[in-house]
Parts: sequence; C-alpha cells; structure tokens
Amino acid sequence: MRQNLISLASGTLFGAGLAISGMIDPARVRAFLDVTGAWDPTLAFVMAGAILPMAIAWFVVRRRPTPIAAEQFHTPATSPIDRRLIGGAALFGIGWGIVGLCPGPAIAGLAIQPLPALVFIAAMALGVAVHRFAFTSRRSA
Amino acid sequence: MLGFPHAMPLEGFIGGLMIGVAAAIMLLGNGRIAGVSGMFARVLGLSAGGPPWAIALLFTAGLPLGAGIVAASLGVKASFPTSLSLIAVAGLIVGIGTRLGSGCTSGHGVCGLSRLSPRSIAATVTFMATGVVTVTIMRLSGVIL
Repeated sequence: MRQNLISLASGTLFGAGLAISGMIDPARVRAFLDVTGAWDPTLAFVMAGAILPMAIAWFVVRRRPTPIAAEQFHTPATSPIDRRLIGGAALFGIGWGIVGLCPGPAIAGLAIQPLPALVFIAAMALGVAVHRFAFTSRRSA
Repeated sequence: MLGFPHAMPLEGFIGGLMIGVAAAIMLLGNGRIAGVSGMFARVLGLSAGGPPWAIALLFTAGLPLGAGIVAASLGVKASFPTSLSLIAVAGLIVGIGTRLGSGCTSGHGVCGLSRLSPRSIAATVTFMATGVVTVTIMRLSGVIL
C-alpha cells in the first residue's frame, strides 16, 4: 500500500514538473535540439534542476541499507558500454528529434492533447513489442 | 532571457526540481529508478524484470494526472505536430530505441547522469547528438520551417 502511494505521488509530481517546466510542449523540446534554428535552452535548465535532488538522493542511497518502503534498492548494474546501448540511444534520439516527444512528456501529454499523445503512445507500445520479440529472442533463449 | 525570447529558465528549473524530487521519492521510497520507458514497458508486461506491476502502473498513471492538475490550475501551452503519421513513426522508433538502449531522458538523462553512470552519460550524449542531427536535417530539408 505504501509502495503504491509512493508510486502515484512520484508519477504525479513528475507529470506536474513536466508541465510546469514546459517540457510537455514538443515544440519547446525540439527547439532545444534545433541548434541551427530558434534554439531554446530551457531543457538544459530542467536537466540541471532535476539532477540536483537526484544527486542528493544517490548520496543518501550510498548511506542507507534499504529504501523506506521496500526491502532493497534495485539500481541498474554497471555493465559496460556496448553497441546495444549506443545503437538504442542513437535510435531513440532520432525518434525524439522527429516530433520532440520522449516517453514522459508523451504519456503526461494525454491530459493536454489526448489524440496525438495516444497515437505516439500506441506506436511506442508497438516499438516496445517489436524490441521484445525481435531483439531479445537470442538473449532470452 | 537575453537572446532567447522564448526560453523559460526559471519555470524550467523549478519544474526540473519537481521532476528530480519525484525521481528521488521513487528511489528512496521504493528503491526503483523513475525511468518512464522502463515503467511503460512494465505496464505493458513487455519487460524482463522491473518493478511490481502496480508500482509501474501508478507511476505511469500519475504522469497525466500531475500534468492535468497543472493544466487546470495554471494553464499549459503545448503544440504537438499536426502530422499523426509522423508522430506514429517517431513513437515506433522511440519505443524500439529506448528498450534497446535501456532508458530514455528520465532514466539515463536524470537518474543516470546524477549518479555519474558512464553508461547513462554515453547514452545521453548519443541521443542528444542524434536528436540534434535529426532536427537539423529536417530543418535543412524544409520539413521544419
């Protein structure tokens, strides 16, 4: 129950932050990537603001044996940088640039512009499924 | 802001702080990374591992809830592209890319960079670079005017 409340609070605050920061506006996000056009540096300020509390959180994690409402921290293993990571990130950046949408703002955008947000989310779900069944078959076999 | 008439540095920083605190609540409360692409895949039942389904679902559902509250109380400006086919193509690429690369702007950009994770730094530099190249190509070829 406590875990569920924490999750809802985290997601709601996250979505509110996306809306207040202007990151829910795909045109503004794309303008950050538009260095030869009307460049908009707002995203850099958002990143700075978001990294600050998280840097403190990581500091606390190193000094706490367990999270507040769970048995253990599930932090990603420090595996090496491989072609899968770079290729996936490169692909993600291309999709991000095309319309200025990444997963967070797209899902939060359901409350603002439901139709285009839903189209993006449905296509993204298809992409997740394509990855699941086409790219991970060798690894999971 | 000087030279950048549309920039919102203050709103951006405040909204960014909220995003960072939200991710910190998830990490310190549930011991989980607030990565939206990973949570989304978990909601769909298409991720190997990941948090309990209820955690992923409630976090994901909170995103439009929080954005909706802000939109209703303060108002929000958002101009989505008009071409739904272009949006669909981008969504498909983002879906494949974020899974292959194990994260997006939130997981790598916020949670990973703040941890100084070499993988997340490499991923963030890469997706920012290909994002800039993509937008620049679209601008030079007249897709964006």
